[in-house]
Amino acid sequence: MLTLNNVEVIYNDVILVLKGMSLEVPEGKIVALLGSNGAGKTTTLKAISGLLKPDDGEVTEGDIIFQGQRIDTLDAADIVRAGIFQVMEGRRVFEHLTTEENLRAGAYIRRGQGQFKRDLQLVYEYFPHLHQRRNQQAGYLSGGEQQMLAIGRALMARPKLMLLDEPSLGLAPLLVASIFDIVRRINRDKGTTILLVEQNARMALDIADYGYIMEGGRIVLEGETGKLRDNEDVKEFYLGLTEVGQRKSYRDVKHYKRRKRWLS
Amino acid sequence: MELFLQLTLTGLTNGAIFALVALGFVLIYKSSDVINFAQGELLLVGAYLIYAFVAELGFPWSVGILITLGLAVVVGVLVERFVLRPLIGEPIISVIMVTIGLSSLLRAIVNAIWGTYGRAFPAFIPSTNVYIFGAVVPADRLIAIGLSLLLLGAFTLFFRYSPDGIAMRATADDQQAALSMGISVKHIFAVAWSISAVTAAVAGALVANIVGVSGDVSRIGLRVFPVVILGGLDSVPGAVIGGVIIGLLEVYTGGYIGSGLSQVLPFIALILILMIRPYGLFGEERIERV
Ligand SMILES: Nc1ncnc2c1ncn2[C@@H]1O[C@H](COP(=O)(O)OP(=O)(O)OP(=O)(O)O)[C@@H](O)[C@H]1O
Ligand SMILES: [Mg+2]
Repeated sequence: MLTLNNVEVIYNDVILVLKGMSLEVPEGKIVALLGSNGAGKTTTLKAISGLLKPDDGEVTEGDIIFQGQRIDTLDAADIVRAGIFQVMEGRRVFEHLTTEENLRAGAYIRRGQGQFKRDLQLVYEYFPHLHQRRNQQAGYLSGGEQQMLAIGRALMARPKLMLLDEPSLGLAPLLVASIFDIVRRINRDKGTTILLVEQNARMALDIADYGYIMEGGRIVLEGETGKLRDNEDVKEFYLGLTEVGQRKSYRDVKHYKRRKRWLS
Repeated sequence: MELFLQLTLTGLTNGAIFALVALGFVLIYKSSDVINFAQGELLLVGAYLIYAFVAELGFPWSVGILITLGLAVVVGVLVERFVLRPLIGEPIISVIMVTIGLSSLLRAIVNAIWGTYGRAFPAFIPSTNVYIFGAVVPADRLIAIGLSLLLLGAFTLFFRYSPDGIAMRATADDQQAALSMGISVKHIFAVAWSISAVTAAVAGALVANIVGVSGDVSRIGLRVFPVVILGGLDSVPGAVIGGVIIGLLEVYTGGYIGSGLSQVLPFIALILILMIRPYGLFGEERIERV
């Protein structure tokens, strides 16, 4: 459904961030994209959704193909209309708009189609919490509610492919679990394809079908999530790190070398 | 009592026109954070266009106004395409400076075509006197109030319920997030400038109908600054209430204290209100929350 071929992204004409990034998202699947801070995950998503421009970034090499159509040359608005919707890192709700107005903004590309009420109903089914807060200013919602709103906003656009950038960021464990549960439901019930960027590798690998791990602007490891979970490197650097008590691996020279191999 | 009524009605009319002009500021500020220093000149252009179509070319009123409103939309689109779009990604202050340039440009064009001396505006609204509780009010002022209220009401509904209105507020809140919803920022800017130019043309006609058509029409652009700052730069209701407050303040001071003070008092009121509410009466506070 979505293919990135050797994509290179440069910020401000000089800072090379993605260096030959390739990945593939098959229709109907959940694909996880993991990596440490600064690996280039967000940049990858923005390259797909056309949101690099306001950050002064640019795809300079390679191409991005969505359903047979080249999209790296399109405007963000055209990409949304083609069926790709990015839920940005940090939620980015419209603070001065109410919950419901935020959802209306999400439905912007579907304006005039007369299905707003039905779509709204659906979002409130997924997130009953939002219904209680529908007339409240979104800036005053809790972090969890804002994340729900950010995903709800995406649902309103009925995308074919949803890009989720760290939906678990800053949420309590119980909420994280429920957000991931919703992501799984959206994929299963609505057949929405999902590309999920996460720091929370354990959760992400649990719900995804396939995973990519990126370092320094390119993919260093990929595979079925089952296989990735068993991979020694992944265990130590992504799964291990999430559990206190196993951090000793940091000090281990051998492990350090293995990490180096990825970075080079 | 009669003087009070008289002043109040005059103040309300001025206030309604202020509100209309303020609305143009608010629209542009809300969608793009730009303070448009050319707003007064948009009034000027609107007034002269109507003058040209009706007085010089002999079109009927309705046609002249419709063509002018259509041209106002075109002006908005052109400004977006040739002034704002090349500046995307530049600091806001550059765009604000460019609007100052735009104001000189528009003024120069008007001066080149029509010269700098004033002309009588063919009164398109009858200025017969109406008596309300003993106060004398020219009908054109009443119509100005009515028209302003109508437009202001329409915009309030537009912002609250229409997809483009909500998209405009969303863009004001977070431009990149708005982009991620498929909202085209270019389209939003063009809509904001077009609507702003349309309100300016209407306000320009109302002002010209009262004071005649001359370069003075654009002066109201500056007089409206205290209004928008008072009401809150990003608030439609603020524009209305700010307009009415300043309109009344000006005439009350002029009528009871002396006309020398009437232009100063709005600024004094402004400073007092800003000390209590830094974002203006209805301005949006920055929400500090993670
Ligand atoms: N607008 C920008 N201008 C210059 N450099 C940038 C810009 N945005 C990101 N970068 C750089 O690109 C690299 C990748 O950033 P990106 O945000 O894609 O990482 P990430 O994998 O999403 O990290 P995180 O997990 O912290 O969100 C970083 O080194 C960052 O400093
Ligand atoms: Mg990121």
